Amino acid sequence: MTVAELATKLNLRLLTKTEATKKVTGVYTGDLLSWVMSHAKKNDAWVTVHTHVNIVAVAVLAELACIIIPEGIAVEAATLAKAEAEGVILLGSDLTAAELCWRIYEVLH
Amino acid sequence: MSKSIQLHFELPGNDLALAGEASSKVKKTLNQLGLKPAVVKKTAVAMYEAEINAIIHAGGGTLAATIDQEKVVVVVRDQGPGIADLELAMQEGYSTAPEKIREMGFGAGMGLPNMKRHADLLEIESAVGQGTVVTIIVYL
Repeated sequence: MTVAELATKLNLRLLTKTEATKKVTGVYTGDLLSWVMSHAKKNDAWVTVHTHVNIVAVAVLAELACIIIPEGIAVEAATLAKAEAEGVILLGSDLTAAELCWRIYEVLH
Repeated sequence: MSKSIQLHFELPGNDLALAGEASSKVKKTLNQLGLKPAVVKKTAVAMYEAEINAIIHAGGGTLAATIDQEKVVVVVRDQGPGIADLELAMQEGYSTAPEKIREMGFGAGMGLPNMKRHADLLEIESAVGQGTVVTIIVYL
């Protein structure tokens, strides 16, 4: 499934202009960046409450499918600009991280 | 005679916004060279941690990567405060990162253990008041 298809199914808001054609095969949540870096799998959708610009580097290095910011948290413009420059897809949702993981797992399995 | 590729980056001090940029560029090169995904991943995680550490703790430094026929070598060098007790610093959960850094999801005391776990060979030379040199080797 592509990130765009996932976004449609779960009513996620596309926050970046990055093309949402990347493949998503799993979901991961966590807010310790080192932990996420070493444990998230390639093509995972990553749910995090962090919105600062460093999440983009983590997504690039861990080759994550996209970053999803839960609970309607606002994202800094600098983060969105950086994400677009690096080809990272950022999405927003009103669901909690737990709800997002559950729903994404359901949709993917 | 085997050829090698060398990359060199300056790590800007205290500019966390740029942290990870050097590692991202090195990783791009590794992918372009067609290295195995496992090699790329191991190198990426280890060098990102080293890059972040240099920026958070040492006010920046340099990152140099060399790729030859058999290995990737990443050397992160800084002139920061140095590591007083390396054995203690290597322990998971031990951190000297300031609160502000922790709030951003760093500083959980995972950086050095993460480097050790992902590098095939990790060498740390550090002198208090002089700086630290971290060498990460991943075999292809």
